[in-house]
This record gives sequence, C-alpha cells and structure tokens, in this order.
Amino acid sequence: MADVKKVATRESYGNALAECGADFPNLVVLDADLAGATKTGVFQKAYPERHIDCGIAECNMTGIAAGLATCGKIPFISSFAMFAAGRNFEQVRNSIGYPHLNVKIGATHAGITVGEDGATHQCNEDVALMRTIPGMTVIVPSDDVEAKAAVRAAIEFEGPVYLRFGRAAVPVINDTPDYKFEIGKGVLLREGTDVTIIASGITVASALEAADMLAADGISAEVINIHTIKPLDEELVLASAKKTGKVVTAEEHSVIGGLGSAVCDCLSQNCPTPVLKIGMQDVFGESGPANALVEKYGLDGKGIYGSVKEFVK
Amino acid sequence: MNKLELQKTANEVRKGIVTAVHGAKAGHPGGSLSAADIYTYLYFEEMNIDPKDPKKADRDRFVLSKGHTAPGLYSVLANRGYFPVEDLPTLRHLGSYLQGHPCMQETPGVDMSSGSLGQGISAAVGMALAAKMDGKDYRTYTLLGDGEIQEGQVWEASMFAGHRKLDNLVVIVDNNGLQIDGKIDDVCSPYPIDKKFEAFNFHVINIDGNDFDQIDAAFKEARATKGMPTAIICKTVKGKGVSFMENNAGWHGKAPNDEEYKTAMADLEKIGAELGGAN
Repeated sequence: MADVKKVATRESYGNALAECGADFPNLVVLDADLAGATKTGVFQKAYPERHIDCGIAECNMTGIAAGLATCGKIPFISSFAMFAAGRNFEQVRNSIGYPHLNVKIGATHAGITVGEDGATHQCNEDVALMRTIPGMTVIVPSDDVEAKAAVRAAIEFEGPVYLRFGRAAVPVINDTPDYKFEIGKGVLLREGTDVTIIASGITVASALEAADMLAADGISAEVINIHTIKPLDEELVLASAKKTGKVVTAEEHSVIGGLGSAVCDCLSQNCPTPVLKIGMQDVFGESGPANALVEKYGLDGKGIYGSVKEFVK
Repeated sequence: MNKLELQKTANEVRKGIVTAVHGAKAGHPGGSLSAADIYTYLYFEEMNIDPKDPKKADRDRFVLSKGHTAPGLYSVLANRGYFPVEDLPTLRHLGSYLQGHPCMQETPGVDMSSGSLGQGISAAVGMALAAKMDGKDYRTYTLLGDGEIQEGQVWEASMFAGHRKLDNLVVIVDNNGLQIDGKIDDVCSPYPIDKKFEAFNFHVINIDGNDFDQIDAAFKEARATKGMPTAIICKTVKGKGVSFMENNAGWHGKAPNDEEYKTAMADLEKIGAELGGAN
C-alpha cells in the first residue's frame, strides 16, 4: 500500500470549498480560530470577504451562521468535531435544526486519528449526537474524492448537513471514472456471500484490506461504504444482510449511536441479523500517532480482519 | 404614531399578552408586560416591515432572544396585523401556530426561532453581518432579558458585534430586575450592564423602558450612531400594567386564573380609559 496516494479529508474540505466559491456566490465560510487546521484557510485565501473568523466562540459562530442563513447565505461552520458537534450540540439543535436552516457543519479532526492531542480532542460521539436531530443529514466521507463530492452535494442540498472529516491522511480509494456521489446512497464496493462489512470514513479502506485477507482464508466478504449515515441507505443494507446473513459494522466512532447503531436500528426492525459492531467500545481515546491508535483500537485492515474472522467462525 | 397613540397601542398589546397567557394556562406574562412598550415602539414606529409581506427581503429584522416572552411578540404581531388578535388565546395549544417559544416556520412575522437563552443575539448578529456583506441597509434588533445576559454566549456575540462594528445592530436589554429565582442581583448580578456593553465596544444608552419619550430618543440615537453597535439598557417594571404582577418574580412564568384574569383586564381597561379610550 506504500505507493497509494493519501490525502486528509480536511484538506479535501478546504479545497472543495475554494473550488465551489465561484459557482456559489452565497457560500460563506465561518471558522473559530482554526482556519489553518480545518483548512478553511484555503477558501479564505481565495475569497477573504466571504470567510468569517469568529474567534474561539463556536456557539456564537453557530448562531451567526443561522442568522446568515435566514438572509439567504449558505454558511459552512468549521471547527473540530469535538466543538462543532459536542460543545455546540444545543446551538446546532435549536438554532439550526429546529428552524431547519440551510447551514452546513464542516467538522474536522473527528475520531481517534486526531492522534497526539489525545482524548479531549478525539470526538467519538459526534455522529451519535448529530443523527438524533430531526432533519439533520449526516455524511462521513471515506477519502479525498468522496469528501470533495460531499461538500458540493451539501451546498446543492437545501437543509442542514453535518460533514465529518479527519486530520490524518487516508488512502484515496474512489478515484474511478464512474464514481458518483449521491446523498443517502451507499456504495457496494465489493460483492461477497459470507459476511457483509459496512464501513464509513477511514474504515472503508480498512474494510477493503480486510476483505482481501478474508478472501485468502476462503471467506467471501461483501463491503459497503455508507458515506451517508442519515438518511441511511436501508435498501442496500437490507439486501446485503439478507444475502450474507451476517453483518459487521466498522467505524472510527463509539459503537454507541453511530453507524453501527444506525445499521442495527434498520436491521432489528426489518431483518433481524447478527451484527458485530467494530469501533470505540465505550472508551475514550488517548495520545499517540494516528496509525498506532487505529491499530490499537482494531480499526485497521488487520484488526477488522481478525474481528470478522472470529465473528463468522 | 404620537406618544398617546403608542401608549394606547401598548395597552392593547398588554391586554393581548394577558389574554394569551390566560388562554394558554401557562406562559410568561411578567417579562412580556415589562417589554410591551419596547415591542410596540419597534413594530409600530421603528422597524421597516410589512405585515402583508412578512418575508420581504429588505425588511428590518427582530430576534426575540428572550424567547420565553413570546406572548409579547405574538400580541404585538397580532395587533400590527400579521394574524388575527382572536388567535392569541390559542397560545401553547396543541396544533396552534403560536408555540410556547417563537418558531419562524409556524408564525408569520417571526424572523428567528428562539427560546434557548443566549442564542438569539448570535442569530441577530448574523443577520446584521449579512446586511453588511450584501451592502443592504436593513437593520436588526434583538431583545434580551437581564437574566439572560448571564449566558456566556451573549458576550461571545457582543464581542463579535463590537469587533465588526455592526452599527446596523441594536441590542435591547429588558432590565426588569427579576429572574425566575428572584432578583438578578441576588441570583448572580450582571451589573453594571452598561459598563459591560461599553467594554465590548458598544454605544450604550440607559433609559426608562416604559417611557415612550425616552424610547423614541434612544432609537433615534442608535440610528445616528455609526461605527459601533448600540445597546439600549431599558429599566422596566416586570409585570407592568397589571397591579398584582408588577415587580413580582412569581409572575415570571405563571398564568392568571379566571379571577386573576378579570382583575388584570380591569387594570388594563382602567389604564386605557385614563388614556382616553381606543385609538
């Protein structure tokens, strides 16, 4: 995998905003003193008059975005997931969600791949928080191609959208000529018959790697990329679960409330199926290099391979 | 409107507040009544609005940051012609478009959903910022409670407004001195309020918020102020106009029963008669 191109999805976020600036004159980008880290600085450079640094005041930034949206702007608010969804939860719920305003939340530095900063900044709860808000769309892109497509789709979509990006560089896996992004439409990446692995974000590449390793052991794994956690592509999830009879979810997030829970909500009501949820097992993260943490918490290809092998045995 | 007409209109707004809260059997009369003169001045004198076209693009905006005093907002909107005054008693009823706290998707004339304290002012700042970005000359007004300014977000928003020199923004503080748990200076004093806004680079005006001469002068001064936002700190009487509600924290969030409703309306009828009857 050494020669695979790697890009952090936060880079994709900043680049996509800048690329969309000309097409969408109402696009405005707000940040809270993290423009260098969230990469909205790329947009700021191209469109300084449409970039608003609110200082270290995420809750106020959220309200300002709400006010801007009522006046016809398409605001993106940007911060680390911990603050964009965590500190800000009630502001997002009441000032954006309840009035269903056209505000996009660009949350970077999600999950444990924040790395060395440690548990205070590693948000493993944001998807759970955001998907409980009525009318909120939740998107977790898996790579550079998907992240850029998701930003454009979010701008074109009317209503609040939460977009989750990462700090660490991740392999580009979607640079195929027929790649198409559609909100709410999952992607069947690999067909299989013995088990379904449903992944989102950084674990999509890990799941593909795991499927290769499983194949060598004679286990045929189907791999699905669920980039939109809400609304969930229930049709795709159900069809695959009916086919393989065993489902594994893999996410860089708590197993409580995220992708795994969304999939279980769907399956338990429509097609009860044994599910293994791979993710953060109700624990906080810790400091360390991103790749070491991914390995320690079993979210790399090898980790997912081991868990799936045990599960299907 | 001249002063007498404004006073008479404010008295009608107060009747609407009492009627709405009585109809709801719940709600917040105290802080609605204290701000009734401010609501009246804004909607009948100050703001560029059109009840027939509530979403007109270049209208002035109002955000009720102290959203629990929705009865005051609803009553002034009804009296201004956005919807029938007869609907006010449906406040808080199942299926009513008059929700317990303002909802912009339900109620004509409501520019922003609010009610979670400290959040409305940020939205108002966003509206004022949008006007500046677009080179438009509409103005934005937001009304806060004096207890509400205990919320930290108010000061995040104020810092930003001062920093960005949003002179198209007017922050109004209804300083009635009482919050649910008692006197604001006993609970957690926000005083000095004026000095705080001054420190956040606001032009600050202190007035009696139940006196239309002072209200009129303050809003004219705000309009003439360039290069900084204005904060108008309005000393008011909580429960103003209803004898047994005045200066009583117990009427922050309680509805009058039938007997109390009659007394309250009689108080307001008397004030109306002293002003010389209806407009």
